Amino acid sequence: MVKKTLVVLCVIAALCAFGVGLAMAQDHGEEEGATTLLDKGYVTFFVASVLAAGLSIGIGAHGTGIGMGNAIKGAVEGVSRNPDTYGRILTTMMIGLAMIESLAIYALIVSLILLFANPFLGIFGV
Amino acid sequence: MEHPYLLLDLIKVPGFEHYPHVTYTWVIMILLGLLAYLSMRKASVVPNPIQNVVEMVLVALNNLIKDTMGEKGTVFMPLLVTEALFIFTANLVGVIPGFHSPTADLNTTAAMAVVVFVTTHVVGVKIHGFKYIKQFLGPVWWLIPLMLPIEIISHLSRPLSLSVRLFGNIRGEDLVLFILLFLAPYFLPLPIMFLMILTSALQTFVFLLLTMLYISGAMEEAH
Repeated sequence: MVKKTLVVLCVIAALCAFGVGLAMAQDHGEEEGATTLLDKGYVTFFVASVLAAGLSIGIGAHGTGIGMGNAIKGAVEGVSRNPDTYGRILTTMMIGLAMIESLAIYALIVSLILLFANPFLGIFGV
Repeated sequence: MEHPYLLLDLIKVPGFEHYPHVTYTWVIMILLGLLAYLSMRKASVVPNPIQNVVEMVLVALNNLIKDTMGEKGTVFMPLLVTEALFIFTANLVGVIPGFHSPTADLNTTAAMAVVVFVTTHVVGVKIHGFKYIKQFLGPVWWLIPLMLPIEIISHLSRPLSLSVRLFGNIRGEDLVLFILLFLAPYFLPLPIMFLMILTSALQTFVFLLLTMLYISGAMEEAH
């Protein structure tokens, strides 16, 4: 119980430290020879986008893993009770796993959009 | 995510390189057409080898459709079998170096999902007439303001989930392969390619099954 509280507090402290560092990133004005957005000083935009992309798929994979583990547990128990129905249980399990996996794929799509086809680049006049 | 090295880039038609999903769809159309032509060229009751394979595939799909949709579902066999064969071939050609899966593009998968969506509603209206709207309204009349938006949103989310599921799986595998090629060029992509073949077959099966479920859901009587 104490260990769990300690782990949760450490995670919150790490996120706060990162957030403070993010807030202190200065967005200064244009310099000479600025071509890309990074040269122009829009650091916070990139840091926020990469952080969101990483957290999106990272947190999205938690629930998917647990859900798929439950599905496979149910399937293996079903086969162990009744070994003749192996084929049908396997088919149902595969369908269930593909359904659950699509939720992680949605999180991955958000992550990929943020990294490769970021819609907010247009706001900065690129 | 740079543009990979593609085989059709050797054909220097201007403008071809911007639309790999269209040009590789033509490649798959040619492949499947060739398979169909070769199998039925000298059709006989005792089948020759290619005809045997094609018959095996078609009988398996026919049994699957009869199990899921019942006898009246075999009317939809052209749509379902075309979809299944196209998606399976399209997913698999991405494993071969030099080819690009057309289903790795959201355009192709969204097109197929829209076709399925339109089919379910046209089938529903054709079989039930305008009483098809009763499927959206729920069991009692005073639940209509609750049931109707929920049913509409759930119907609209079907093509979205169908297209994004297929696109995300195939494009995700492509990206994993691409990134691993930078880490360990010759040996590491091999288990990933095995996984790509597995997910290709699985995603075909899931797309086909969901299409069958949606069409049979539109055909059945409202609860």
